[in-house]
Amino acid sequence: MNKRKLPIGAALLNAPFTLWIAIFVLAPLVLVAYFAFTGNDGRFSLEWFEYIFHPARRETYLRMFGDSLLYGATATAISLLLAFPLAHFMAQSKPSVQRVLMLLIMVPMWMNFLIATIAWQSILEYNSGLINNLLAAIGLPRLRMINTPGAAILGMVYNFVPFMILPIYTVMARLNVQLVEAAQDLGASRWQVLRRVIVPLSMPGVMSGIVMVFVPSVSVFFINDRLGGVRLIGDVINQRVLNETNLGAAFSLILMLMILVCMLVLNRMGDREKGAFVT
Amino acid sequence: MKRRNGFLSTVYAGLIFLFLYLPVAVIVVFSFNSGRTTTNFESFSFYWYVRLFTTNFEAQAALRNTLILALSTAVITVLLGTLAAVGIDRLRRKFTERIALSANNIPLMSPEIVMGISMMMLFIFGGALFNQQFVLGFGTVLLAHITMCLPYVILSVLPKLRQTDPHLAEAAQDLGCSQVMAFFRVTLPSITTGIASAFLITFTLSLDNFVISRFTAGPFTTLPLHIFGQIRMLVRPDMYALTTLIFVMMFLLLLGSNLLQARAAKRQNKHT
Repeated sequence: MNKRKLPIGAALLNAPFTLWIAIFVLAPLVLVAYFAFTGNDGRFSLEWFEYIFHPARRETYLRMFGDSLLYGATATAISLLLAFPLAHFMAQSKPSVQRVLMLLIMVPMWMNFLIATIAWQSILEYNSGLINNLLAAIGLPRLRMINTPGAAILGMVYNFVPFMILPIYTVMARLNVQLVEAAQDLGASRWQVLRRVIVPLSMPGVMSGIVMVFVPSVSVFFINDRLGGVRLIGDVINQRVLNETNLGAAFSLILMLMILVCMLVLNRMGDREKGAFVT
Repeated sequence: MKRRNGFLSTVYAGLIFLFLYLPVAVIVVFSFNSGRTTTNFESFSFYWYVRLFTTNFEAQAALRNTLILALSTAVITVLLGTLAAVGIDRLRRKFTERIALSANNIPLMSPEIVMGISMMMLFIFGGALFNQQFVLGFGTVLLAHITMCLPYVILSVLPKLRQTDPHLAEAAQDLGCSQVMAFFRVTLPSITTGIASAFLITFTLSLDNFVISRFTAGPFTTLPLHIFGQIRMLVRPDMYALTTLIFVMMFLLLLGSNLLQARAAKRQNKHT
């Protein structure tokens, strides 16, 4: 009845949000590009990219960018492998149990990642770590765990795996039970039900899980450095940007481009799952 | 599908939860360590808790700052976000709605570190326009946290709005309510659970945030920033004690909201 009146109201209601996004999300991103292409003299310049890709450093930095992608992809893949069966388990539990399990997944998320990383460090350390102390106490040799790529991946998976579990679980919990029953009635084995029904129907959750784990994993800092002794692009940005704003901006621009390209590839791969993130 | 989990999958889930809670257990146990290390448990004591409340003034100030920031962020973001959600809900054209939702997705999809430094650049740039050199502080970190949390508010309020019947608000207007009154009397009560969970999410996101605060807070010290300063040097159990306290607080908050939600769901079931 008042449909005709609404557009003006909607425009008024949307104005603060649109303005906010424009000022605090879009303008800052434009500024990153601006700073990245501005020299110390305040004019347009490519000097920061020339610095990064200077023959003396090129190899180091290119390897670091590659490592960031590799570590991010590995952490994402492991998170997916761990999360999918767990989400399935959760979705098959009784509703009251589901509620408790959700709570149990969310509680560690509220622990600051700095503290979680420190705790993992004390668990994995060589000389005084808890696992190695335990091994030594029962007469087994100490294991070298800290400062390995595996420890870095472990830290990333630990911090980001809830972002994989929750979207997959959300989709699976809403999954139409009748479809599964129909497949069973038609003689599908458990494996076939999983492969032909549950996995395809869970894809929207899997897709948003991949995005939500991959993005923070590629841009991670501190966790990888403390646990794995590996420095990735996030560490360089974190270290440089406070003193050398323009160089930090150049590195950030590279990071954003890397993520953008990966998202485009992912979108291609899951073309049918468009809008999986918006629900 | 029969709701049934085999023995093996139960063991598997147990292992995952063991993985998730191992560091939690370490933190809680060693917060009661009487010694100064986080790897060698000497004896049980409340030493670090007592110190936290008596002599550790820096941590107290940081905790106070964090709570003020998280509360302000939650209140402002929920107001702004609910308004925005109502606006997006009323967009009649699919096209404009898609644009609004994609705009909402940008902060969700961009890495925290990029959000942090891009907003830092905005504040520095804006400060330079007004010849201010030291702009970073409570105001800027508040703006940054609001921006970070806004999409989550919209994502939890918008679905509730979609579930409410627009004809109810129209009926209220036909019966003489103004548009604003119809919103407060009819629409708002049906989206309160969404608003409540948005408040909780926002509060906890802000409370826990380190990366965005690092670049936008300047001299304003939040708890995660304080922790970062501490763990660069020697790690002592006092930060574990603080974490344990926050943990207990968060757990009670989550438990309370979950119980409320369960009760609301039950009441709704009774009505229908």
